[in-house]
Amino acid sequence: MIAYVARRLASLIVVMALVGVCVFLLLHLAPGDPAAIIAGDNATPAQIAGIRTKLGLDEALPLQFLRWSGAVLSGDLGVSIFSNTPVTTLIGQRLEPTLSLALATLAFAVPVALVLGVLAAWRAGSSIDRASMIVAVTGFSAPAFVVGYLMIYVFAVTLKWFPVQGYTPIAENVADWARHLVLPALTLGLAYVALIARITRATMLEVLAEDYIRTAKAKGVATGPMLLKHALKNAGVPIITVIGIGVALLIGGVVITETVYNIPGIGRLVVDAISKRDYPIIQGVILVFSAVYVVINLVVDLSYTFIDPRIRY
Amino acid sequence: MTEASAFGASELAASVGVAPRRRHFARRHASLVAGGIILATFVVLALAAPWLPGDPLTMTPARRLTPPGSGFLLGTDALGRDVLARTIYGARVSLLVGFLVAATSIVIGLAIGLIAGAIRKADAPLMRLMDALMAIPAILLAIAMVSLTSASVTTVVIAITIPEVPRVVRLVRSVVLGVREQPYVEAAIAGGARLPKIILRHILPSTIPPLIVQATYICASAILVEASLSFLGAGSPPEIPSWGNMIASSRLYLARAPWTIFSPGIALALVVLAVNLVGDGLRDRLDPRLARRM
Repeated sequence: MIAYVARRLASLIVVMALVGVCVFLLLHLAPGDPAAIIAGDNATPAQIAGIRTKLGLDEALPLQFLRWSGAVLSGDLGVSIFSNTPVTTLIGQRLEPTLSLALATLAFAVPVALVLGVLAAWRAGSSIDRASMIVAVTGFSAPAFVVGYLMIYVFAVTLKWFPVQGYTPIAENVADWARHLVLPALTLGLAYVALIARITRATMLEVLAEDYIRTAKAKGVATGPMLLKHALKNAGVPIITVIGIGVALLIGGVVITETVYNIPGIGRLVVDAISKRDYPIIQGVILVFSAVYVVINLVVDLSYTFIDPRIRY
Repeated sequence: MTEASAFGASELAASVGVAPRRRHFARRHASLVAGGIILATFVVLALAAPWLPGDPLTMTPARRLTPPGSGFLLGTDALGRDVLARTIYGARVSLLVGFLVAATSIVIGLAIGLIAGAIRKADAPLMRLMDALMAIPAILLAIAMVSLTSASVTTVVIAITIPEVPRVVRLVRSVVLGVREQPYVEAAIAGGARLPKIILRHILPSTIPPLIVQATYICASAILVEASLSFLGAGSPPEIPSWGNMIASSRLYLARAPWTIFSPGIALALVVLAVNLVGDGLRDRLDPRLARRM
């Protein structure tokens, strides 16, 4: 087990180092002078030179990379070109809304998807199965911003159940905080629910055909425990894997959902950085989100042993 | 969905005369037929766009935010432009990006996947690189690339292709690893065939059916990502109407003129749905065991 964890950690470090190289090279592989691109069309030569010094673009490429990766490893993601604030500070300021949105989404999406998937497999071909299929098809086909505006139009503009947009910090007013998160979490979670519900249904269908399920039914195990303890637990590994892979979906979705609902989170930070060409912010957020994704998937891999004691490393 | 497929079946049967075998095909492959008909409709509209009445760029300020109906079938937007014409023109960008991304990522992914699967020494380094590319969220990578260059369809295609390549590589590599141990490949090796010939004649053909299915899913996801990027202001430049930038420029008018958002929105969802349906249909026909998107 320890050897396995060590090996996985080593490969995680390699992958993150490669992510760093990719993000670093992106700036330098872009056609033309990166400083001039970032400065924009109306920049004076002095401004371009200023940006070049700020990003350390005067030095040789390998030296720049060493300096940059050293800074990143010590927790310094650079300074925003536009506001002159350290990128880590900016990300820190935007952490609460994004974390709230992500946790609210996970808290509703995973249970709903599991229930939907288990019921769809248990009563395959029934109206519940068809309903879960419709949720899945919509989730895969309708992009978050279309779903988002539809929800705002129906539940905020027409029915006035929820606020249209915006965010209230949890320290200010808990009820308001929750009210502002309902529609964004539903929007962000739809594709995730679709993904997990479908894989749950597929693996549950396989498990429900096993002999030990028939045995359990024959000896009179009630339906609830049969579905949850006998079947769902044995279908756990593929489901957990997809919950981990699906985090990529959530990360991309956060950027869009925060834009639709005007939530001042990390996603909005990136979107605002596009028009200002504030590359250090974009670079920093990519590194943070990639690290989150890689670490979550490592945790998922390690959790297999807890779900399925037959898996030993 | 059953309605759509029933419609598709009768259409098809009518167009070819009564052909029971065709009707049987339509019923057995309902999703393929339904998706194919929706997709074909959009492709025809996109190709015929310049010859259809209505111009996507002409502004009629006097009739801005006209509701659907009178003169403009889907109404006008905040600048008084024809929403129907813009939606039809938007299909051009979406379908073009979807097709180009699917084609390029399949070609590049196939080449890398064959190398990783066939040459043991190249396997580990290539796969770690692919892991790294998969760890970078696709939309963020695209945002980074677009922010460093000017917004254009080419940049968008490159930016969306890069994160899709690793998925193709993993799929191709897994097929190659499975086929490599097959007796007919061993026989070819024993017969003295050279590595390039083994790869091209004996291994490559097995990768084609799953790749066709994968190409449709990539196309669907590329259309979604392009629309998302255009919506965020990092995709198609504003002078080219695309579903994403139509929605972005109309978002302030959601309460007053919902048609400006929902016309391109529904078109987008329909096209992605159609491509996914075609993919599901092809998967059932070509490779029932292939797991979706994994």
